[in-house]
Amino acid sequence: MKLAVVVNEGPYTHQASDTAYQFTKAALEKGHEIYRVFFYHDGVNNATRLTVPPQDERNVQKNWSELAEKHGLDMVVCIAAAQRRGILDDNEAKRHGKGDGAANIAPGFRISGLGQLIEAGIQADRLVVFGD
Amino acid sequence: MSTLHTVNKSPFDRGSLASALAHALPGDAILLIEDGVVGARAAAQKTADLVQAAMPACSLYVLGPDLAARGIPVTDVVGGMTVVDYAGFVDLVAGHDRTQAWL
Amino acid sequence: MSDTKRFLYVNRKAPHGTVYALESLEVVLIGAAFEQDVSLAFLDDGVFQLIKKQVTTGIGVKNFAPTYRALGDYDVKKVFVERESLEERGLSEDDLMAITHENDDEEDVSSVEIVDRARMAEIMAAQDVILSF
Repeated sequence: MKLAVVVNEGPYTHQASDTAYQFTKAALEKGHEIYRVFFYHDGVNNATRLTVPPQDERNVQKNWSELAEKHGLDMVVCIAAAQRRGILDDNEAKRHGKGDGAANIAPGFRISGLGQLIEAGIQADRLVVFGD
Repeated sequence: MSTLHTVNKSPFDRGSLASALAHALPGDAILLIEDGVVGARAAAQKTADLVQAAMPACSLYVLGPDLAARGIPVTDVVGGMTVVDYAGFVDLVAGHDRTQAWL
Repeated sequence: MSDTKRFLYVNRKAPHGTVYALESLEVVLIGAAFEQDVSLAFLDDGVFQLIKKQVTTGIGVKNFAPTYRALGDYDVKKVFVERESLEERGLSEDDLMAITHENDDEEDVSSVEIVDRARMAEIMAAQDVILSF
């Protein structure tokens, strides 16, 4: 099946991102296709490259980036939610005059519009939401 | 056509379990995840009664890893509720026509 | 070209205490461009999102309540509000803002339908995609 996963919360404060990650991993292991992982609300904060969690804890951002790389996942961060919360790629950083090196989006994530969420709902067989 | 309802908060914290159960239809499944697994404990009479009342019309599931993480032994779970792992969660999503998250 | 899908946006939280009411509305507006079969459900504390006369100046946040009234312009015509959720909270249809859309005869008709819990459950069970916030 084609699955769409929606992550509504950021790393660490809520379990949503971890549960979504474990679910996504399990789905891939079972041979399902993950059509898209869409990050909305505080979920966009999973995409910051600036996180430095303790060595003996899981690195939520790296978990997602590595899973995306291993399986070619499409991980989309909503542009409107990202702008509100300060997750920027090079384009966005330039567009909003945030200065050189301001871009903070981690590998494997791309910023795009809310339309990508609707499109995922249309194209996938199942859509699962992880939130608070 | 059936729905998988996921509940991620404790019934002592939120009304989401009660709301999910009030909207579930016969043939639906309810899966307790994250702090929602607190609602799976047989010893909490009030919530156990709520959950038991939904059976057998609905199938009740609880995510094992979340139970273990909270030190809730599988033997403490309400009778008739099935413990699943993440692979089981995936199967539930695939096996029902839609998934509804009660947040 | 795939068939249209039935999308349900579920709103269960009061506005402003969290961002979900605002950001779910934003999905609805953007989603309109995809011309799917869209319904909005307001139940539990979500009914508070539709209360008239919200004044947000005191808390220093933007009042986005007027946006609900524009839903008709985005071709969103099905706004279901749960009767029991209203009654439990001592609210009635009179407390809700008017949300209308133009019907085929170009008349303004209400988009809001008060439904009981059993009917809300049936509406939910008829959807293809359920977005919870």
